[in-house]
Amino acid sequence: MKQKASFLTALALTMTTASAGLAETELTVYTAVEAEDLARYAETFNQSHPDIHINWVRDSTGIITAKLLAERDNPQADVVWGLAATSLLLLKSEGMLEPYAPAGVENLDPKFVDGDNPPSWVGMDAWVASVCYNTVEAEKLGLTPPTSWKDLTDPQYAGHVIMPNPNSSGTGFLDVSSWLQMFGEEEGWKFMDALHENIARYTHSGSKPCKLAAAGEIPIGISFAFRGAKSKAEGAPLEIIVPSEGVGWDMEATAIVAGTANLEAAQKLVDFTVTKEANEMYNTGYAVVAYPGVAKPVEHFPEGLLDAMIDNDFEFAANNRAAILKEWQARYDGKSEAQ
Amino acid sequence: MTDTAQDMLPSGPAVKGKLSRDDIIMRGSMIIIALYLVVSLVFPLYAMLSKSFSTYRVELSQYEFQVSNEAGRFDGTILTGAELNARTNTFADADLSTGADGRLPVTGFFPDFSFRSPVMYQIRNTTDTGRFLIGSNLQTGTDWVTLDSNTFRRVQLRPVKAQGLDNFVSYFSTPALFNSIKNSLWIAVLSTVVTVSLAFWFAYALNRSCMKYKGVFRLIAMAPILVPSLLPGIALVYLFGNQGMIKELLFGASIYGPIGIVIGSVFFTFPHAFIIISTALAISDARLYEAAASLRSSPWRTFWTVTVPGARYGLISAAFVVFNLVITDFGLPKVIGGQFNVLAVDIYKQVIGQQNFEMGAVVSVVLVIPAILAFAIDRLVQSKQVALLSARSVPYEPQPNKKMDRIFFAYCTLIGIFIAGLLAVCQFAALIKFWPYDLSLSLNNYQFDRMDGGGWGSYVNSIKLALMTAVAGTAVVFFGAYLVEKSKGFRTGRALFQMFAMLPMAIPGMVLGLAYIFFFNNPANPLNAIYGTMAILVVCTVTHFYTVSHLTAVTALKQMDREFESVAASLKQPTMKLFARVTVPVCLPAVLDISIYLFVNAMTTVSAVVFLYSPKTTLASIAVLNMDDAGDIAPAAAMGMMIFYTNALARIIHLLASRGILKKTQAWRSR
Repeated sequence: MKQKASFLTALALTMTTASAGLAETELTVYTAVEAEDLARYAETFNQSHPDIHINWVRDSTGIITAKLLAERDNPQADVVWGLAATSLLLLKSEGMLEPYAPAGVENLDPKFVDGDNPPSWVGMDAWVASVCYNTVEAEKLGLTPPTSWKDLTDPQYAGHVIMPNPNSSGTGFLDVSSWLQMFGEEEGWKFMDALHENIARYTHSGSKPCKLAAAGEIPIGISFAFRGAKSKAEGAPLEIIVPSEGVGWDMEATAIVAGTANLEAAQKLVDFTVTKEANEMYNTGYAVVAYPGVAKPVEHFPEGLLDAMIDNDFEFAANNRAAILKEWQARYDGKSEAQ
Repeated sequence: MTDTAQDMLPSGPAVKGKLSRDDIIMRGSMIIIALYLVVSLVFPLYAMLSKSFSTYRVELSQYEFQVSNEAGRFDGTILTGAELNARTNTFADADLSTGADGRLPVTGFFPDFSFRSPVMYQIRNTTDTGRFLIGSNLQTGTDWVTLDSNTFRRVQLRPVKAQGLDNFVSYFSTPALFNSIKNSLWIAVLSTVVTVSLAFWFAYALNRSCMKYKGVFRLIAMAPILVPSLLPGIALVYLFGNQGMIKELLFGASIYGPIGIVIGSVFFTFPHAFIIISTALAISDARLYEAAASLRSSPWRTFWTVTVPGARYGLISAAFVVFNLVITDFGLPKVIGGQFNVLAVDIYKQVIGQQNFEMGAVVSVVLVIPAILAFAIDRLVQSKQVALLSARSVPYEPQPNKKMDRIFFAYCTLIGIFIAGLLAVCQFAALIKFWPYDLSLSLNNYQFDRMDGGGWGSYVNSIKLALMTAVAGTAVVFFGAYLVEKSKGFRTGRALFQMFAMLPMAIPGMVLGLAYIFFFNNPANPLNAIYGTMAILVVCTVTHFYTVSHLTAVTALKQMDREFESVAASLKQPTMKLFARVTVPVCLPAVLDISIYLFVNAMTTVSAVVFLYSPKTTLASIAVLNMDDAGDIAPAAAMGMMIFYTNALARIIHLLASRGILKKTQAWRSR
C-alpha cells in the first residue's frame, strides 16, 4: 500500500513537472547586442520570469535588419531586443511591429520612446558619436586638437581623419544624419565636402576609425564614445573629443514583432526591458541609458557627452535614409581615391 | 500490350535496348548527383537572376489626393498622383524607380504648400497594394485619410514591387558603381601581368636551371594557397601602413588602394600560376633545343622561338586563372582597398551595408560576365592544345650554367623572401601586444573570445566544415565523375552533367553565396530548413570548388581502361562492387588529392560563405574578416596564421597518409 502511495506521488510529481515544462514559453529574440552580454541579459530576465525561455538570434545590426526585412511576410522572431532605432523604424514603416505600451514606460526619458501612442518601440541605451584623437601621433605631426566638427575641415588635418562609410555603417550614417540636422541640408553637405578633402578613407565598420586612431595608423577617427573609452582603457594614447556643435546618436531599442504567436510572453519581456533593473544592466556596456538617473559614469567616458547629444529626429533619418545615402555615394564614393 | 500478347511471346532475354540493373543504378545515381548540382547551383543562380530584374517603383497613379480650401472644406476634386506630377513635374521618371527602402515626399505636388497653412489634405490608395507612410506608420487601406498641412508633410509614398530593367539602368547611371567595373578589370589585368611574369621566371628557374634548394623554393611558392586571400592585405598594412615597418619604401604613396590590392593579389595567386606554368615547362623536347643550337641561334632567340611557344598554353591558362581569381576576390580589396571600389566589394556593401539585395544581384550579374568570359576562353584554348611530346621526343635536361644558376637563385630567393616575409610579418604582428606603442610579446591577440567574429568557436567550426566538406565533397565528386566517365550510352545526360560540373568554376564565390540567400532563404522553399546551418555551408563549399575536384577525378579515371567494366560485367559482378574494390583503390592518390584540396579551400574561403554563416556557424576565415573590419587587426592576423598552421598540418598528414596508403594500394604500379 505504501508503495502504491509513493508511486502515486511520483506520478503526480512527474505530471506537475511535465505541465511546468509545457507552460514554459519559448521566445525567439533577434538582437544585435554584443554576444558576451546576451547570457547576462537572459539570466537577469529569468530571475523574475523563469517560465520564459529566450532563444537568441544574434548578428550585426545590418545583417539582423536584413534578415528581419527578408522575413517580412513570414516573421520568425517574436521580439527584437537590442537593435538600432533607425532599423526598427524601417520595420515599423513596413508594418512589422506590434505597438505596445509596456508597464512603466512613463518612467523612461521620452527621447527614448517612440512618439506614437501606444509606442511601437522603446529605447534601451544610446551610443553617441565622438572623435578619437591620438595625442602621440598628433604631436608628431604637429596638429592642434580640434574642438568642433567644423575644425576638422581645417587643411592641417588633410589625410589625418578617418570615418565610417555611412553606406555600410550605422555609426557613419548617424554622423551624416546628425550633420544634416544640425547644419541644415545645404550647410551640412558643404561641411561634408570640406571634410571629405581631409578624410584618408572611409571604413566599413563604425568602430574601426577609433581603433585605427588608437593604433596611430590615422590620428583622428570619427567613431563612437564607448569604443574610444574602451581603447583608452586598454592603454591607447587617446583623447575623446566631443565636438562643440553637438553629436549624433542612435539607440538600441526593443519591439514586439507583429504576428507573434506568443504575444503575452513577448509583452512580459518588453515590460522587463523598461525596468530600472534592466537599465542598470545596460549600464555596464553603455554610459547613456533610457531610465533617468540610473546611469553610473563609465571610466574614460568624456564629460558633457549627454548635453551634447542632439535632439535626434529619427523619423527624418529613416525617411530620408535612402535619399541621403544616394547623395553621399554620388558625392564621395565616386571618387576612387580620396587622397 | 495485353496479357494475351505477352502470353503468346516465348519467354527469353530481350535482345536489345534493355538496361541492366547496373545501368539503371548508375543512371539513377547520376541523375541524383546531377539533381544535386541543379539544386545547389542552377536554381540559386536563376533565383538571383530573377532578383536582379525585381524592381521597386512608386506607382503615382495608385494614389489619389484632395485639397481643401482655407476653411477646411473639400470641393470634391480628386487628382491622382500621376496627374499631379504631370502638372508640376516634381519627379522625373528615374526618381520613381527606387530600392526596397525608397520613399517619396508628396508636398512637391502642391506648389502652394505650407506646413503652417490651415488647408487640409486627403490621400488614399486606389488599390490594395498601394502603400504610403504618415511619419513612419504604414497605411495600406483604400480609405481616405484626412490630414492637416503639418502632418501632410510627413507623408511618404512607398514603392511597390515590379519587374524590369530599372536596376540595371540605375546601376549604369551611378558613377560610383559603374566605376568599379573599370577598377576591377584594371586591377585584374595588372595583377595578371605581374603574377604571370614573376611565376614564369620562378617556374623556369625550377625546371630549366641547375640551381640548389629547388624543393625548398617549391614549398615556399605553394604556401599562399594555405591562407585566406585577405591575410597578405593584413601583412601589407603592417609593412606599409602609416605605422608600417618599411613604409618609406612606398615614397609617400598609400598602400590602401590599387597598390595594395596588386601586391596582395600577386601573393595569393602566385602558386596557382606557378603550378600551371611549371607543368607546361616541365615537359619539352630536347631535340628542338639541339636543332636551335645547331642553327646557331642565340639563347635569347631560342627562348623566344622554342621555350615560350612550348609553354604558351600554360601561360594563357595561368593568365586566365589569375585574372579570374583577382576579379572575383573579395577579402583582399576589402582589407586593403581603401576607397578603391571593386565589383566584389560592391556586392558586399550593397547587401550587408544597405540591405539592397536587388542591387547586389545586379552587381553579381555584372561580375559573372568577365568571369565566365575568362573561363570560356581558357577552356577554348585548352581544347586546342596538342601533344608536345611524341614517342620520339627526348626529354630536355637542363645543363649547369654557373652564372645563370646564380642569377636564378638570387631571383627565387627574392620571391621566397616576399612570400615567407609576408607570412612572417603576420605571425610577428599577432604576437605583439599593442603595435606600435607596446612592442612586448604577448598572446593577448589569441584571446579570440574577447573579439567580434565568434572566438575560438569559429576556429572549431572551420575545422568541422573543412572535414565535412572533404569527406562529403570527395564522395559526391568522385562518384559523380566515375558515373559520367564509365557509364554506357546516355550521351545527352552525360554531356549535360559535364556542363553542370564545369559551371561552378565560372561562378564567383560572392555570387554563389548571394544566390544561395535568394534561393534557400525563401520560406516557400522546402529546403529552407538548411538555411543558417552547417549543412548549407558544406553544400555551398562543395559546389564552389566542384570543378577542379571533378577534373582531377576525371583525369585519374581516364587512366583506367574501360575494359575493367567489361571484365566485371562478364564476370557478372555488379559495377558498384567494381567501383568499391578496384576503381577507388586504384584512384586513391586522386581521391586523397581531392579531399585535401577541398579541406584547404574550405578553411580559407571567405567569399562564398560570408553571406551564409549564422551566429552558430561562424568560421575562422570570416572571423579574420570581421576582426579586421572591427579594427582588431592583430587578432585577425593571429587567426589567419592559425588557418595557415592548420592547413600546413593537414598537408603533412595528407602526405604521410598518402605514403602509407599508397604503399598498400599502389604496389601494382611498380614491379
